[in-house]
Amino acid sequence: MISPGTMAAVRASGAVPNSEFLLEAEGVRKAFPGVVALDDVQFKLKRGTVHALMGENGAGKSTLMKILAGIYTPDHGEIRLRGHDIELKSPLDALENGIAMIHQELNLMPFMTVAENIWIRREPKNRFGFVDHGKMRRMTAELFKRLKIDIDPETEVRHLSVASRQMVEIAKAVSYESDVLIMDEPTSALTEREVEHLFEIIRDLRSHGIGIVYITHKMNELFEIADEFSVFRDGKYIGTHASSDVTRDDIIRMMVGREITQMFPKEEVPIGDVVLSVKNLTLKGVFHDVSFDVRAGEILGLAGLVGSGRSNVAETIFGVTPASSGTIEINGKPVDIDSPNTAIRNRMAFLTEDRKDTGCLLILDVLENMQIAVLQDKFVKSGFVQERELSRVCEEMSRKLRVKTPNMYERIENLSGGNQQKVLIGRWLLTNPRILILDEPTRGIDVGAKAEIHRFVTELARDGVAVIMISSELPEVLGMSDRIMVMHEGRATGFLDRAEATQVKVMELAAR
Amino acid sequence: MNTNVTAGDTPAGMNTTRRRLPPELNIFFVLIGIALVFEVLGWIFAGQSFLMNKQRLTIMILQVSVIGIIAIGVTQVIITGGIDLSSGSVVGMTAMIAAGFAQASTWGRVMYPSLTDLPAIIPIGVGLLIGILAGLINGALIAYTRIPPFIATLGMMVSARGVSKWYTKGQPVSGLTDQFSFIGSGIWPVVVFLVVAAVFHIALRYTRYGKFTYAIGANVQAARVSGINVERHLVKVYVVAGMLAGLAGIVTAARAQTAQAGMGVMYELDAIAAAVIGGTSLAGGVGRITGTVIGTVILGVMTSGFTFLRVDAYYQEIIKGAIIVAAVVTDVYRQKKRKV
Ligand SMILES: Nc1ncnc2c1ncn2[C@@H]1O[C@H](COP(=O)(O)OP(=O)(O)OP(=O)(O)O)[C@@H](O)[C@H]1O
Ligand SMILES: [Mg+2]
Repeated sequence: MISPGTMAAVRASGAVPNSEFLLEAEGVRKAFPGVVALDDVQFKLKRGTVHALMGENGAGKSTLMKILAGIYTPDHGEIRLRGHDIELKSPLDALENGIAMIHQELNLMPFMTVAENIWIRREPKNRFGFVDHGKMRRMTAELFKRLKIDIDPETEVRHLSVASRQMVEIAKAVSYESDVLIMDEPTSALTEREVEHLFEIIRDLRSHGIGIVYITHKMNELFEIADEFSVFRDGKYIGTHASSDVTRDDIIRMMVGREITQMFPKEEVPIGDVVLSVKNLTLKGVFHDVSFDVRAGEILGLAGLVGSGRSNVAETIFGVTPASSGTIEINGKPVDIDSPNTAIRNRMAFLTEDRKDTGCLLILDVLENMQIAVLQDKFVKSGFVQERELSRVCEEMSRKLRVKTPNMYERIENLSGGNQQKVLIGRWLLTNPRILILDEPTRGIDVGAKAEIHRFVTELARDGVAVIMISSELPEVLGMSDRIMVMHEGRATGFLDRAEATQVKVMELAAR
Repeated sequence: MNTNVTAGDTPAGMNTTRRRLPPELNIFFVLIGIALVFEVLGWIFAGQSFLMNKQRLTIMILQVSVIGIIAIGVTQVIITGGIDLSSGSVVGMTAMIAAGFAQASTWGRVMYPSLTDLPAIIPIGVGLLIGILAGLINGALIAYTRIPPFIATLGMMVSARGVSKWYTKGQPVSGLTDQFSFIGSGIWPVVVFLVVAAVFHIALRYTRYGKFTYAIGANVQAARVSGINVERHLVKVYVVAGMLAGLAGIVTAARAQTAQAGMGVMYELDAIAAAVIGGTSLAGGVGRITGTVIGTVILGVMTSGFTFLRVDAYYQEIIKGAIIVAAVVTDVYRQKKRKV
């Protein structure tokens, strides 16, 4: 059990020698069956700096951080904290030593309140030994005030958007008052505004001497927030540099070992007839009167702040939460989409935002995860799955998407975050949809793979697929979309054509 | 992406034949181990072999066949993340009702005097229908009213037992035709068990039904978004479980050549135990029929072994309880280890 106080006391007790580095790892190796995740890597974090970790999907970033957070034990290697050798036996052990981590996937308990989630296993107790809810609420309110987070501590987490959950995770990690704070892709689900907010928090922590490890695939963030960065490639350490010394292209070269020329390989393709037409779609209390058309070959971007209802609209079109009113037409015919099953029968596909909750079948293998949607109406003969043909197709897809996995029978939970995402993309591409809805398609995907996924989407559009793409990354929306619909508080506030769309115009519509 | 790939890290698809060893192997060794322990104890305490006794082994496997048939249905339910507590009572209910249509005219007190000496297919069909009906109610309650499987099937457990007592006001139903009794005679129950096992082993591994069952257990939300009609599929799975419990009821009645309201009491727990011992995870998404078959045989070997060593029935139950708990603890531990 750790309270912020005890940790401060430990630090004040003078056990803090003047080592140049706060946290060091050297010669670290970690292998999993079939994969060497880390091979003799090093990592050195200075006090009061933000140190970014860069590398392709599966490079070993999360694994290294999990070692520093006491979750995995390395096969070899030394870890030094404030100049002392240390062996971290458990996450709790790491926390007690002042190392906290925000994980790549969200880990909150959906049926508990925000406050309960933050103080879990260290709840303030009253003198009878029961949880002191009043105090817990006050502590949360104080924490949120300090971090300028505007979330009601009493809401149950399941009612929060993915972005708000991420902010809760951040607040929780900060509440440990640790010396080292590890953030594994904290912004993959945040929009510009929250990212800015997070950066304020990070700058504040940094000015208090805290060392922050920051994993990201977004280059602009690196230049904005990181003092230094280290690059990993295929489990190997490539190097550490100051972010002011390098250019974007330098980093990419270090990460992938080659150049990536075009980021958004957008192709102008002939735009066909209206495929999907949504009229006055309403989900009471969530979004209202949303109307738009998507044509064959068109990519419609949905932009907006967190909570603007973008994902909700997508969920409703796909039948996850059927609409309260409004109509959906496909190829001019009204359809009643009451479930994802109906949606798929109408040749729609929907890559969801939260890969852990609504995407991955975590305990099943890559093959099983990839084939589950296509089995609705293909590769099945009188009930029997045509295993051979299907696994051939899945293998081809995973090769095409460059999924990094020892084989198709690896449990998907053992894949790195970005590779899980690729498997899910493959799941939907296999269904050969004519309407493809992508909610944060490149979440957690590295630069190289990102360009590749963009290329896929472009190819699909060329083949006449109507694409709806939601992304919190404005450059992505701007770069890929033919048209952008901007939402604000559950309403569509405007449409922008590719030619006229700019960051500023989108933000104006999104924030009004 | 780039060419210098770490050793052992092959791109997807190059290495597709390397499935992991079947997880049943472990349980199979446990079975062998238990059997050998009894063999040794047999020589020490009883002065004879436990295994080298064909008659004992036949009886043992006959005794657990009925449990095995139920356990195959229960396994599928547990894979979806559910539980079925009603199977034992459904055995009793179908045994009674099926037997009512299987009486010979020569018997003194027949239930339906105009419906005697019917071909065996009628009582069998009736029994299966009753089981299917029970499963349908279970499944519909769970899928469409969203009450937890534990509660829905607990209700069915109590009600079905009530039906079997009410049906004849507690009287047994006897005088069954030879044709009907035939399926309970000799080693036929074992044959039924193994055929059912083979069918559902194939169904779970090679059919869409199976893939969907695992997917639902692994992550309902994701399964739904992937287009699976979760409600309809759950109903199917509970119907299968109900039907197999019905089949077990038929076999039980046929084997005993009579039906009694108390048949199948506590079978649901043995069936769950067989599934869990066989590696089915109560958290859902994991489990195989081969494992359940081995789990069933383990239960049989233990009962038979304890009887052979003349261990008191009370102790037998205590030990059995402990073993079930141990199996669940192993499962929980496995889940935990996975998370790290
Ligand atoms: N528990 C595990 N079991 C087996 N293999 C694992 C496990 N955890 C990670 N790996 C493997 O180790 C490698 C490194 O994974 P890691 O999660 O560290 O990558 P990453 O750099 O964080 O990638 P991403 O950017 O996609 O999050 C991957 O190939 C992954 O498949
Ligand atoms: Mg990662």
